[in-house]
Amino acid sequence: MAQEEKNGKPIEQLNDVTVMFAGDSGDGMQLTGTQFSDTTAFLGNDLSTLPDYPSEIRAPLGTLYGVSGFQLHFGATNVHTPGDNPDVLVAMNPAALKVNVKNLKPRGIIICNSDAFDAKNLKLAKYESNPLEDDSLSGYKLFPVPITSLTVAALKDCGLKPKEVTRSKNFFALGLMYWLFNEPLEPTLEWVKTKFKNKESVICGNEKALKSGYYYGENTQLFASRYKIAKAKLPKGTYKSISGNEATAIGLIAASKLSKLPLFLGSYPITPATDILHHLSKYKNFGVKTLQAEDEIAGITSAIGASFGGSLAITTTSGPGLALKTEATGLALMLELPLVIVNVQRGGPSTGLPTKTEQSDLLQAMYGRSGESPVAVVAATSPSDCFYMAIEASRLALKYMVPVILLTDGYIANGAEPWRIPHVNEFKEFEVTQRTDSEGFQPYDRDENLARPWAIPGTPGLEHRLGGLEKANITGAVSHDPENHHLMTEIRAQKIENMQNSIPDLEVDGDSEGKVLVIGWGGTKGSITEAVNDARKKGMKVSRAQLQYINPFPKNLGDVLSKFDNVIVPENNMGQLAKILRDKFLVPVIQFNKMRGLPLKTFEITEKIAEVLGGKND
Amino acid sequence: MTNKIDTTELKPKDFQSDQDVRWCPGCGDYSVLSSVQKVFPKLGIKKEDFVWIAGIGCSSRFPYYMDTYGMHGIHGRAPAIATGLKVARPDLSVWVSTGDGDLMSIGGNHFIHACRKNIDLKLILFNNQIYGLTKGQYSPTSEKGKVTKSSPYGSVDYPFNPTSLALGAEATFVARTLDRDVKHLQEMLLRAGEHKGTAFLEVYQNCVIFNDGAYTDYTDKETKAETIIKLEQGEPLLFGKNFDKGIKIDGFNPVVVDLNDGVHSIEDLLVHDEHDESPVRSFIYSHMTDHPELPTPIGVFRQIKRETYDEAVTRQIEAVTDKKGEGDLESLLFSGNTWEVE
Repeated sequence: MAQEEKNGKPIEQLNDVTVMFAGDSGDGMQLTGTQFSDTTAFLGNDLSTLPDYPSEIRAPLGTLYGVSGFQLHFGATNVHTPGDNPDVLVAMNPAALKVNVKNLKPRGIIICNSDAFDAKNLKLAKYESNPLEDDSLSGYKLFPVPITSLTVAALKDCGLKPKEVTRSKNFFALGLMYWLFNEPLEPTLEWVKTKFKNKESVICGNEKALKSGYYYGENTQLFASRYKIAKAKLPKGTYKSISGNEATAIGLIAASKLSKLPLFLGSYPITPATDILHHLSKYKNFGVKTLQAEDEIAGITSAIGASFGGSLAITTTSGPGLALKTEATGLALMLELPLVIVNVQRGGPSTGLPTKTEQSDLLQAMYGRSGESPVAVVAATSPSDCFYMAIEASRLALKYMVPVILLTDGYIANGAEPWRIPHVNEFKEFEVTQRTDSEGFQPYDRDENLARPWAIPGTPGLEHRLGGLEKANITGAVSHDPENHHLMTEIRAQKIENMQNSIPDLEVDGDSEGKVLVIGWGGTKGSITEAVNDARKKGMKVSRAQLQYINPFPKNLGDVLSKFDNVIVPENNMGQLAKILRDKFLVPVIQFNKMRGLPLKTFEITEKIAEVLGGKND
Repeated sequence: MTNKIDTTELKPKDFQSDQDVRWCPGCGDYSVLSSVQKVFPKLGIKKEDFVWIAGIGCSSRFPYYMDTYGMHGIHGRAPAIATGLKVARPDLSVWVSTGDGDLMSIGGNHFIHACRKNIDLKLILFNNQIYGLTKGQYSPTSEKGKVTKSSPYGSVDYPFNPTSLALGAEATFVARTLDRDVKHLQEMLLRAGEHKGTAFLEVYQNCVIFNDGAYTDYTDKETKAETIIKLEQGEPLLFGKNFDKGIKIDGFNPVVVDLNDGVHSIEDLLVHDEHDESPVRSFIYSHMTDHPELPTPIGVFRQIKRETYDEAVTRQIEAVTDKKGEGDLESLLFSGNTWEVE
């Protein structure tokens, strides 16, 4: 740990740090965390974030269930998750402390708003004595700071109402954190000026709170040292911080451009998918049509109507909404129309954990329909990967005339990471044909991929009827013929299998054969990558792969699995991919499953690898 | 459909598909099908621009029998499918064929929201007051006490009045007609087809198998003059064999008056104004059907002008594009807080 002096205080160099901002759900912790992330990214750190908030809009003040948190892991190398355990906890009240202190690393830093530790709040947080005064926090570096009163004093001349003044205390905390981690105030100051343009008093309040926090760190003797995080060695390019939902939205716009088709979104608000609707609604000048439907079913069926009309049609939802879309998904696959269904998975079943993450809709996506009804299933592995997989889902839907389910999850949807922005010319345009020639037209004719022609209303001479009743192959007439039904069932399955020809092989990180392969799918990539890197540092030989394509699987998956003595499948569910792998490849995979509504913890996966290798993990 | 085009060369048979029509012999649906095929050439819309969307039920087989673009969807969802199609493609003329189970029960939510949003759809409700395709259960429009397979002791449900529901949901065109009055049916189809906005047409349609005779009082020569009143724009509400009875309003209640009683004259009668912005009077008329002593109105209850949803969507896109310029993907990707890594 390198040390240098600045302003009389030593600066410790660290590789990476995990910070947790926690407070009441009205304390502005999400904003504080986002600002800290943006500044950190701007300085060249790699980072990964996890907003963690209650499902109530404003839960009662001071309560344990009302705590809102924002966890951020930033550093130079091996930053692929928001971090297992924070090094620093910023707690704006006793409840925030109580909920989060148990995750803090031993000897971790706690910065508390001591003003909030009054009898009422302590009682609400179910503390019997004040933890700032008893010995209970002696295992940590505790810094009680009277954040509320310092903010009130600093903002007395801004002309804000008392309520607005105290609401600015999150910026005091943010300023203090900027000082502690040796980061500049300018990016946030710029943001404040743009965001609150023409609201002078609010700008004044935020600026003063931020600067007071910073100078408090500089001028008090409370902190013995401050920290500096080395820059990450990221590939050259232009970067921005992006969340998964935003990436999904602009990926869909990119797909619309690449396919030269208008984009239509039919959607009903549902946590944590709603942000995709928010983002797409902004881009009217891209010709995007967003329909906030009356319910989930209208969300997907309106998209089916738009697809019939020749649009690139999308519906977005989360688990319970996907359940409601079940019947219509079956209709889309029967009509053989292109459709992208984005499912931002959350904790289930039923209403479950709306604001928490999980991967438990894989089997629903694969099999949750009546009849033999295969649909394509793809998954994004990180916030920025949502951009690429939204494009892929669209490409496959259009090429094979099928519904495609894109699975993301609450963690990658709301979490953010730095993204090297690609240029438009790095992408190939899609070849999409809408039939215009009436000569020899048959609605269920087949091309080399078994896709049927897309003939859209308004095209003279191609009038035809689609429907959920079984259709005769080629002619599309209603058919109850036994042999035809068997044939059509096989064709619908074969279309999905044919996609193997246009998706990439699965890449293995590490040796292509050996004792242990850790394989995951979708949003667990970060946890598995960090875990495997840690295991390697400890001398373990282990390979890693992450699936983005689940139906169909990449062509080489069977080969990859067969080259390893042990296959570990960590999942944020009770073993859904494991089940499918056993079914398709008869491999005795080893499951690793957690259902906490949080990203998988890196160290637990590393322990699992060590256990399988029969060695110790230390 | 901004401009009518000359489609006089189109004939009813151009709209007949190659599929055998499989409704029961004598079904009221045949009358609607042939009327639609007669009316479509008169609308000035190209054949390829018509689309029929349907859900599930006898009436929902309709698209298979029309040689237009069509989709036989899933139960109750036709208005939502049609909404997506119309919003994506405002250039099309989008029609929905639906039944009292499909639209009033499982599809009730989509129905009221299509009306509310004023999406430019033509919703043709085949109301036979029974579930036909599932072979005879009471429907949301069946009368209370109806004995069916699923209500052997009589149903205890109160029925919906679809026309009232459409008015309550703010549909901009609301009409009612009879399968047996082919001339009126065709006139109403034409009016619905020409309306811009959600057009709701309730067709009292006879199911010969499971609910035969439900509307006999309205269609029989002997009785119809006393049981049916035709709403005509700007005309007083007159009915009866000799048009010597009328409807006047007493408080909020419509009552029948005899013009030969020496007390009442035509001046006392309600005069129909389908363009009235307020749906209140139309709502009163629509409920006359629930009172056995009052005649049941058919005709156009309401037709008002209001910007359609699909027009508003298009207008908003144009306004934002005018202001911000056409979206450029490369600039979108590189927008926001970016930084360089060397």
